[in-house]
Amino acid sequence: MPTTNSYALTFTLGALVLLVTAPLPAQAPRNVARTGSLARQPQGAEPDTTTASGSKTTAASPQGTPPRAPSMYMNIGFSGLMDFGWSSEADVPSLQRGDHDPIVRGFTIPNEELTLDGAVDPYFKGFVNVVYKIDAAGESAFELEEAYILTNSLPANLQIKAGQFFTEFGRQNAQHPHAWAFVDQPLVLNQMFGGDGMRGQGARLSWLAPTSWYTEAMVTLQNSFGETMHSFQSEASSDIHGGVPVEPEVQSGGDLLIAPRIATSFDLTSTQTLVLGVSGAFGPNNSGPSERTSVYGADVYWRWKSATAGQGFPFWSFQSEVISRNYDAAPREAASNPTVTLPQESIKDNGWYAQLLWGVRPRIVAGLRAEGVNGDVTSFTSPLRADRFRLSPNFTMYPSEFSKVRLQYNYDDRKGIGRDHSLWLQFEFILGAHAAHRF
Amino acid sequence: MRTLSLFTILTAAFTGTLNTNSSPPPPAKLNVVATTPDLGALARAIGGDQIEVKVLAKPTEDPHFVDPKPSHIVTLNRADVLIEGGAELELGWLPPLMESARNSKIQPGAPGRIVASQGIEMLEIPATFDRSKGDIHSLGNPHFLIDPVRAKQVAAHIAEQLGKVQPASADVFNGNLKSFDAALDAKYAQWQKALEPFKSSKIVTYHKDFVYLADRFNLSVVETLEPKPGIAPSPAHLAEVITAMRNGKARVILVQPYQNRKTAETVARQTSGVVLDTPQQPGAVPGTDTYLQMMDHLIQTIVNGLQENK
Repeated sequence: MPTTNSYALTFTLGALVLLVTAPLPAQAPRNVARTGSLARQPQGAEPDTTTASGSKTTAASPQGTPPRAPSMYMNIGFSGLMDFGWSSEADVPSLQRGDHDPIVRGFTIPNEELTLDGAVDPYFKGFVNVVYKIDAAGESAFELEEAYILTNSLPANLQIKAGQFFTEFGRQNAQHPHAWAFVDQPLVLNQMFGGDGMRGQGARLSWLAPTSWYTEAMVTLQNSFGETMHSFQSEASSDIHGGVPVEPEVQSGGDLLIAPRIATSFDLTSTQTLVLGVSGAFGPNNSGPSERTSVYGADVYWRWKSATAGQGFPFWSFQSEVISRNYDAAPREAASNPTVTLPQESIKDNGWYAQLLWGVRPRIVAGLRAEGVNGDVTSFTSPLRADRFRLSPNFTMYPSEFSKVRLQYNYDDRKGIGRDHSLWLQFEFILGAHAAHRF
Repeated sequence: MRTLSLFTILTAAFTGTLNTNSSPPPPAKLNVVATTPDLGALARAIGGDQIEVKVLAKPTEDPHFVDPKPSHIVTLNRADVLIEGGAELELGWLPPLMESARNSKIQPGAPGRIVASQGIEMLEIPATFDRSKGDIHSLGNPHFLIDPVRAKQVAAHIAEQLGKVQPASADVFNGNLKSFDAALDAKYAQWQKALEPFKSSKIVTYHKDFVYLADRFNLSVVETLEPKPGIAPSPAHLAEVITAMRNGKARVILVQPYQNRKTAETVARQTSGVVLDTPQQPGAVPGTDTYLQMMDHLIQTIVNGLQENK
């Protein structure tokens, strides 16, 4: 779980205050550069002198131009999520295992996200996402979710991303909670990648194929240890294999996580688009000295948007991912009882989700998600690997682009535990720049 | 090992493509990508047969909310020139496309990146940035191309930049610009004459997207159906609009294809007014593929509407 760090919080907020209050450079050159052409009026036609001359003054005088947001050289945005609701399961974290899910009966502050981005120089773009939240015990917590650079001028259609970032596996793993269509993390992503999703320190090489349709191939190399490498050398791996984890270390290139992905897309019609992807993630786990985990995924996304869409509505979209994991566990000392040795085995898990969204009319979206996970029977029984099905209808209203209200019901069926019902209300507000979403 | 073999395949694919890339025939025409159809139409007028134009937004859709589809990444990846409206019009969808396009020819500052709003005198630049006033654009109202004077400046800007990207065709671009200017001047005189009898006429619009046209041709936008830019019309605000229209004798409501025509019709019924379909994008109505055809249709529709509802 993320560590509490009030110093980091104070520092970042302090830095932000400095940035916002710093004097803004006037943006004269940009506006003045082409004033010459402003004087151009259609020849032979009677120019409307009143309007033309009156406004010419404004454009040509730098002091008449108010400070522009872009002159700060970076976009600053803040997205605040808050949840409220109730679940028939009193131990809510056992049901809502995502790190940014509602986790108590009552109020949850799951994700307060500060985003910074901008051009570093002509060669790189930089992105930073810092998340603050209040954990189930009411303590403030801090996560450096992402901080990476992206190249924009490498030859041969190549692109490198480097730093701390979400592994590009499937569709939703790399999305921030603010961009999710439901209040909680899909079960399968939780099962395979943990509550925070799979992310880590590393680099990604991507190549855009020279085909007439979109095809992108990429390979990510990341450290395979840390709390956000759930299926690999995470210290919490006993939840998966039941043994005492061995000390994680990167001894050679073979100890890194390697995650290839290929995505392709077609415009079926001028209003319909299909995106297909396959992903893999391969690396060592810490059940033993030389054991490995393989995760495979396939994803599909389909979207229709009206040719006369206003504010992006109406639309229909369908998104689904199927993920399968093979976790090779070594003979290991049981975490619960040092005298017991668990046998060498292959631990297999599968899961899926499918979600349908209907953008009914501007600012109104209705959604339905169905999902399931299951794990095979092994020498160690983990509640995290129990068979489970969840059905979640929801309804979202966006008063504007910068706020949303979402109501979601979850029907949960955990094998051997029982059925649960939860009702969650989520509210989001956005300050500053609203980072555009990817398709 | 499975991981290694996957990596090998990717490497092989990459090397294979490097080889095919080494001997492509020189491109015959400049690949010009425009974010919106109006910019595309201006580019076609200037570039003529020297360029190939692709447009990202549909003429009938809201230009603020275009889907950043993966196919647009491919289009931008192959572009020699990108023309954008600027002034934050494409803020919600162009940045993620550009991040993936990996094309240095169209990065900001490159000659191949044309920002139409650059050098344009913008209206409604907010003095303070406050979203309680709605979704305002910090650089001013971005719907400036329906002002023929500003469109002419943009055409000159496009000709200048295209000439920088392909100097061999600069004379052709300048020649085309002269023809376009002459045709626009003639049309502009006609449009002024047509709208002259309706000086200071009151109009109502859905969004704040006819500000430049009203400013140029001396029309008066008395109300917008949106209470604030980007904020959906509320019953209370519509009641105010209806009262204002009745009191002020405004009877014409201008809407674009992607705006809620039903809302406009409701208001029109209660004010004995009329809803005019006035798309600002070439191609939204058949037979309006060029900028001048689109403007002709737009001005004629407004003139007819004002004439019949005097």
